[in-house]
Amino acid sequence: MNIDSIKNGYVIDHIQAGKGMEIYELLHLNELDCQVAIITNAKSQKTGKKDIIKIDKDIPIDLETLGFIDHNITVNIVKDDRIIDKRKLNLPEKIVNVAKCKNPRCITSIEKDLDQIFILTDKENEVYRCKYCEMSLKRK
Amino acid sequence: MKHLIDIKDLSVEEINNLIEVAKDIISDEKKYSHKCDGKKLATLFFEPSTRTRLSFESAMLSLGGEVLGFSEASSSSVSKGETVSDTIRVVGCYSDIIAMRHPKEGAPLVAAEKSTVPIINAGDGGHNHPTQTLTDLLTIKSEKGRLENLTIGLCGDLKFGRTVHSLITAMSRYKNIKFVLIAPEELKLPEYVKKDVLEKNNIEYCETKDIEEYIGNLDILYMTRVQKERFFNEADYIRLKDYYILNKEKLKNAKEDLCIMHPLPRVNEIATDVDDDPRACYFKQANYGKYIRMALILKMLEVK
Ligand SMILES: [Zn+2]
Repeated sequence: MNIDSIKNGYVIDHIQAGKGMEIYELLHLNELDCQVAIITNAKSQKTGKKDIIKIDKDIPIDLETLGFIDHNITVNIVKDDRIIDKRKLNLPEKIVNVAKCKNPRCITSIEKDLDQIFILTDKENEVYRCKYCEMSLKRK
Repeated sequence: MKHLIDIKDLSVEEINNLIEVAKDIISDEKKYSHKCDGKKLATLFFEPSTRTRLSFESAMLSLGGEVLGFSEASSSSVSKGETVSDTIRVVGCYSDIIAMRHPKEGAPLVAAEKSTVPIINAGDGGHNHPTQTLTDLLTIKSEKGRLENLTIGLCGDLKFGRTVHSLITAMSRYKNIKFVLIAPEELKLPEYVKKDVLEKNNIEYCETKDIEEYIGNLDILYMTRVQKERFFNEADYIRLKDYYILNKEKLKNAKEDLCIMHPLPRVNEIATDVDDDPRACYFKQANYGKYIRMALILKMLEVK
């Protein structure tokens, strides 16, 4: 695969260096049968280093999860070898099964079938709290 | 259907209305003695709390209703590994309303998502305990005649004591409330409560380690217990548990009409020589707890 050429798909750009694999897993890209490239430590004018993920297929992308991980990421949509759209990401109001509550006193710590839900409670400071115990999520 | 999981689930109007109903019950309890005939309250206590459970049961019995339930997890199906969601769906078939206490934070919310009958959170670990807060509000309203224009001293464990956090949240919605936060360094009110509640609502507050410093300014002094289970280190607990002991001597500069409150049970925070002081309201407070729960049950069962 020529990593520069995506026919129809996505180029997820400006990923913080080192975060590429985490996003690969969170978006379940390992389950795809198309070509996926992860480029780590690519040169970036803004931050020095960055990761890039290229997906050679038009699949639904979970923009909410991506927005939660880092809303500075850019998602380029490629059609017929050309970037036709850039999606800006927002902090989602709610994330489901993306992060786990670390509070040992939380009900989710003993009932494993419960969804892990976090709600954005403070947009300005990007604070998410567990829906059940309200403990804030430590973001990396 | 409405549940009560967090005190913030209730608007100021709803709280004021509950207080009015509770005061009416106090003035003429007989009038209410058959309001819940034929209704059943299930008290599901996955961890023991005799006081809270008896308060709920007494409230329902005083309304003519009946009670059933369990008082600790070992006597329930939980010890066999049943989930909260399953337990609630089953109990909903046997009762009209459920009061639930659980050691894990958020468990009553899980229950509410699955329940076919109203759920009242009777305490989830150190997280929420809205009927305690309602009890506190009824006590303040009854003893002071108002919920506005008050200087409230909160003393003891302000860090882990969620009773205190809920009371601050609830009182911050009333006009001209000031707080005096009295705690040792290790048990100070967390920054997020100061920021998200006090500063967000422009509430005036000050912090001190000395219980006597502002005692003359207070309309209410809310004492709390330092809870052993919140400490990882036994030595810290022992050092902090008797940090504040309120006694007659310390009250010498306090206002004549100060109202001294405590969610009970107390350990050493209030010396028994304060008990017969007319300003001691903590035993009355326990009594108010029954009346506000009666009002709450009526509201949630939509009994007129
Ligand atoms: Zn949690």
